[in-house]
Amino acid sequence: MAGFFTSRLFFISLALVVIAATLPLYVSGYVLGLLTVAFYFGVFAMAWDLLFGFAGEVNFGPTFLIGVGAYTAGILNAQFGWSVYACIVLGAFASVVAGLVLALPALRVRGPYFGLTTLVAVLMLQNFIVVFADLTGGEIGLTIPDVISINAGTNYWIALGFMTISAAILYGLSQSPVGLVLQASGQDPVQAGALGFNIVKHKLAAFIVSAFFSGLSGALLVFYFGTASVGTVVDVAVGVNVIVSAVLGGRRTVLGAALGAIFLIVAGEFLRPTGELATFIVSAVALLVVLFFPGGFLGAALSREARS
Amino acid sequence: MDMRLSNRAVLEVRGLTKRFGGLTAVKNLGFEVNSGEIFGLIGPNGSGKSTAMKSVMGIERPTSGEVIFEGEDVAGLPAHKIARKGFGMVFQHSRPLNRQTVLENIMVALLPDSLFMLFPDKALVERAKWIAERVGLGNVMNRRPPTLPFADLRRLELAKAIARDPKVVLVDEPFAGLTRAEVDIFSDLIRSFRDDGRAVMLVDHNVKSVAALVDRVLAMYLGEEIVTGKAEDVMRNETVRRVYLGGAIETHARPETSFRDKVPLLQVENVSVFYGKAQALENVSIHVHEGEFVSVVGLNGAGKTTLFNTISGFLPYSGKIVRGGNKLRGTSPAKIARSGLVQCPESRELFGEMSVRENLDLGGQHLSDDKRAAQLAWLFELFPILKERQGQMAQTLSGGEQQMLAIGRALMMQPQILILDEPTLGLAPVILEQLSKALTKLRQTTAITVLLGEQNVTFALPHADRVYVLEHARIVWEGDPGRFASEAGADFL
Repeated sequence: MAGFFTSRLFFISLALVVIAATLPLYVSGYVLGLLTVAFYFGVFAMAWDLLFGFAGEVNFGPTFLIGVGAYTAGILNAQFGWSVYACIVLGAFASVVAGLVLALPALRVRGPYFGLTTLVAVLMLQNFIVVFADLTGGEIGLTIPDVISINAGTNYWIALGFMTISAAILYGLSQSPVGLVLQASGQDPVQAGALGFNIVKHKLAAFIVSAFFSGLSGALLVFYFGTASVGTVVDVAVGVNVIVSAVLGGRRTVLGAALGAIFLIVAGEFLRPTGELATFIVSAVALLVVLFFPGGFLGAALSREARS
Repeated sequence: MDMRLSNRAVLEVRGLTKRFGGLTAVKNLGFEVNSGEIFGLIGPNGSGKSTAMKSVMGIERPTSGEVIFEGEDVAGLPAHKIARKGFGMVFQHSRPLNRQTVLENIMVALLPDSLFMLFPDKALVERAKWIAERVGLGNVMNRRPPTLPFADLRRLELAKAIARDPKVVLVDEPFAGLTRAEVDIFSDLIRSFRDDGRAVMLVDHNVKSVAALVDRVLAMYLGEEIVTGKAEDVMRNETVRRVYLGGAIETHARPETSFRDKVPLLQVENVSVFYGKAQALENVSIHVHEGEFVSVVGLNGAGKTTLFNTISGFLPYSGKIVRGGNKLRGTSPAKIARSGLVQCPESRELFGEMSVRENLDLGGQHLSDDKRAAQLAWLFELFPILKERQGQMAQTLSGGEQQMLAIGRALMMQPQILILDEPTLGLAPVILEQLSKALTKLRQTTAITVLLGEQNVTFALPHADRVYVLEHARIVWEGDPGRFASEAGADFL
């Protein structure tokens, strides 16, 4: 842990953040807007990796947590006129509560059933939003009157700062003693139990932390977009993108997940001229990585280091 | 350690029973372990010893009974609570954290069960280092587990189990996969736990392998205690001898010269197999003639299943496997099975949610309709119970019926060579008799070549023409079943 501040990974990360922070000085607003979204996605993917990579639980419904945060924040602002910052905090809080309600029963079931439960939760949320259209804006989406800022540079810096802080906290947590116990519980629950660790408690805590960052990031994203819609924060396809990002970047690396998300969104944009093919190409690349480099970008590098 | 406490049992187990559905794995088991004592729980595969240990540790929830630790009943508590009270368990299979160092892996075991331990404690690092030295990992503390040899990974398991200074240490098969020299080192380590005043409980298959180590032994069979006492007394016990060696065995061996084929039908030559770093087979050579019935006997973990899976094409190996003049290397398991070398695996692998008939039809799927009907009629003569159970779901059958179905399904493939891996596993004596009769009939009325793997010698010898003994990945004896008891029997206690 202490070794991190002298490690290569730390200096590379620091250099990347510093370079990223200077971007608004010389790139277009279009690029900044793209990266802003990518950074929020990076937090989704990192929060997801904490659950999958460390706790060993596959959450097929990351957008349940994201969507609850996003819509809570959006509705409170659009329908009740609450201030932006109160809405963001309450969005994250709502996501934690929703995560707890989902995880408490879901963690009792083993294997693929946890994943299925989370998937069903997304479908229920999506349905709820469509049915209660008066409150949620339904299929058209919810227009949010307030934004954090209209300046592309400011929005970019907020997103970058948020992602950097989230990464520091999530990575730190993953490398802390609690993170080790979590990893042990995910890898061999029977043995972790025999070593005296309450596995359900640790996994639940991981779920709550994951929910908090997903919800917070979802709420911030809504105030950047100025709208909340099923297609951007709830749809299963969005969740699949989050999962693909994390897997591309490297399981059990946290930081890799952010890289994966940025890659996925930027690559999608670069391929926009190919039209409908863009999604196909990005998916094909993701599939190849999963099949041939299951460790992902950062995972491959780290395990090479572990063997040496 | 308080003198008064050291004379009293730290762990007392009374009336421990564990049922899985209709199966009673552990029946009314009772024993006590004192501090400063090594206690062995011994029994053949499927006897319920591991389940008993898991029930003590709280990994399985006992159906009934008491597990009294220092006067307090802990039965039914979850494993993590029992562990915190002063229990440590050494697992046979380990999955260490591969991206963390050996030292960090030990530190995990030292951490409190708290969500707020965000920074490691310096004192824990010192303690972890001390433990690493203690189990002989001092030189490799800063390496990562994937770079360690197998024995060091086992040391790591020991280190984790004793990290929080438990009063009771449970050890699951302490010597599995270790070489002779390593066995001595691990024996010394386990003795040192006893000398620290801990109560140590071992689980193993046979008395002999742990006789030098244990103070007292409880031998169990089919979930129940046979006898408890000193190792040499338990080895002399009549019932124990019968369970492991059987009574007077009548053998019907046909001499090897009576088989006509000059070159044996199946030849396994100098085959070695590794699982990662553990060697599962070491230069194993066996041969089987056409129509011969060969038994490979060996205790659990000796390498029987590995040998069969290698022959069936499931595992990479060095050496040579030749069947009817053709090398089998490079042939897929499916092709090997289809060509008549059929395995009936230890785990049975039935299609649980399909009916008995569907399982059998799948076995005979490649046959034409009339041939399949004829084969089925023949099979129902061999196992009449399967005819009655045709419409029933396979997973609802009793253990014995499931075994018959597994053998039946393999026979539906019309094998030339049939491999039977531990068909007696966990079955009651009355079922064994039925299976035994079916094998006799198979041997007398068909030309099928049979390769049988067993730890139950009583079952394996009567049918065999020839016997191999597999021990610690090597063939250590080969010969006539009539000579087995006098020449190789002693190793089976």
